[in-house]
Amino acid sequence: MKHRNYFLYRKKTTNVIMMSLTVIAALAAVIPLFLIFYYTLSKGIAYLNLNFFIAMPKPVGEPGGGMANAIVGTLILIGIGGAIGIPVGIMTGTYLSEFGKNKFGFMVRFLTDVLSGVPSIVVGVVAYTMVVIPMKHFSALAGGIALGILMIPTITRTTEEMIKLVPHSLREAGLALGIPKWKTTIAIVLRTAWKGIATGVLLGLSRAAGETAPLLFTALGNRFWSTKIMQPIASLTVYIYDYSKSPFEDWNQQAWTAALVLIILISVLSLLFRFVTRSKYKSD
Amino acid sequence: MPQNDIKISVKNLDAFYGKNKVLHNITMDIPSNQVVAIIGPSGCGKSTFIRCLNRMHEVVGGTITGSIMLDGEDLSKNDPVLLRRRVGMVFQKPNPFPSMSIFNNVAAGLRLNGVHNKKEISLIVEKCLKQAALWDEVKDNLDDSGANISGGQQQRLCIARTLAVEPEVILMDEPASALDPVSTSKIESLIFELKKDYTIVIVTHNMQQAARVSDRTAFFYLGELIEYDITKQIFLNPAKKQTEDYITGRFG
Repeated sequence: MKHRNYFLYRKKTTNVIMMSLTVIAALAAVIPLFLIFYYTLSKGIAYLNLNFFIAMPKPVGEPGGGMANAIVGTLILIGIGGAIGIPVGIMTGTYLSEFGKNKFGFMVRFLTDVLSGVPSIVVGVVAYTMVVIPMKHFSALAGGIALGILMIPTITRTTEEMIKLVPHSLREAGLALGIPKWKTTIAIVLRTAWKGIATGVLLGLSRAAGETAPLLFTALGNRFWSTKIMQPIASLTVYIYDYSKSPFEDWNQQAWTAALVLIILISVLSLLFRFVTRSKYKSD
Repeated sequence: MPQNDIKISVKNLDAFYGKNKVLHNITMDIPSNQVVAIIGPSGCGKSTFIRCLNRMHEVVGGTITGSIMLDGEDLSKNDPVLLRRRVGMVFQKPNPFPSMSIFNNVAAGLRLNGVHNKKEISLIVEKCLKQAALWDEVKDNLDDSGANISGGQQQRLCIARTLAVEPEVILMDEPASALDPVSTSKIESLIFELKKDYTIVIVTHNMQQAARVSDRTAFFYLGELIEYDITKQIFLNPAKKQTEDYITGRFG
């Protein structure tokens, strides 16, 4: 009897210890996130007002001003990036999952993985060589292309994985109704996996919105209002980069606010996506 | 059997997955407006056999030799997509489209095959749900998800979905094996109703079910057709010893 109690005791203790370890690990994982939120919020909130969203940056030495051009610039850049990265990513992911059980598919999958490991500044260099040099000037287009390339691997792999989760029986159900394979893939398989794919798209867009390095020598940055895609364009990240290393206290402050705005922008985007892709059915 | 009553005629059918031969020289005729039950132990090729009838075996990489004629036309000569509109299939596990409402599940086959007239679609959906004996249970919740109803209802929804494209033959691969007895009996009485308009081939593990619903029964064993006859004959007076052993539960 004593024997059994001992084992039971040991089992319970181990359980408690292991459980505590997982809780600690989970906390450790979210602490950096909270620190980031806390610092950007506490340092950035001071300059966060309507002016920041609608005013232009002031010349050096003049206090105040906003980043209207950078906010719009970032939106345009991820818009261009999305226009390239989302269709290419979703279609590639669909190909890999539905038709990619061959050597070519294996190669594409491998190269996509390699691409996701390529440092973003390298992608910037590529966009510089392929777009900026032939055009002879920096442009929003070049920046958008760099961001689009960066989105592709994330969206491709998420799409592939999400489509793989769609049960084979649904494909069979579609085919057995006399629906051609391409229509089954679009109207049944992609539609079923849509929510997961949207998450991948969101991850891709968020990552792109937060990139600085590939924009430095593609979109460059712009002190003035510009929405022309053939001209250099401002972006929040490049402003954060410039302002945070500047000697002016005022600019350093604005860099914090720009960071906060970027986080807000991505959160709003995320909520918007959740809203658009929410399920029609309650218990889903 | 008179020639003009034969819906599907199978001659010398061999089926393979890769090099693995799973059906050996099957020859049988399936008459119009009758229910043919396929029985046999697991792995005997029952499912493969009915999948050959609407070329769904190709989807999982199967190949065949020999011939299958539908109304005298060789299946292999026609487009599988068109064939599957004439030969529908209900699967073992209910597989409604989870991203679609009950209504849209039934309408899916129509819409994706090019029918867009709203009035026509809603008439067909109602007719098929009634035929599948599901209308009264779902008529107030047609916009709910097709995956949120019970398993038995889901399977009848799948049957309604199959009926919507107006097939001539319905293949059923153990349609009631995942269902409770009440749902099973609903499906069985449904099969009885449906045979007025359709030719039905049903695979089943349940011998009583075969005896209850079918007009003819085929017994498959190790990829061969051992015996095929009027159901009564098979169950009361089987010609082969293997058949008798199987239906009396001595093996399988």
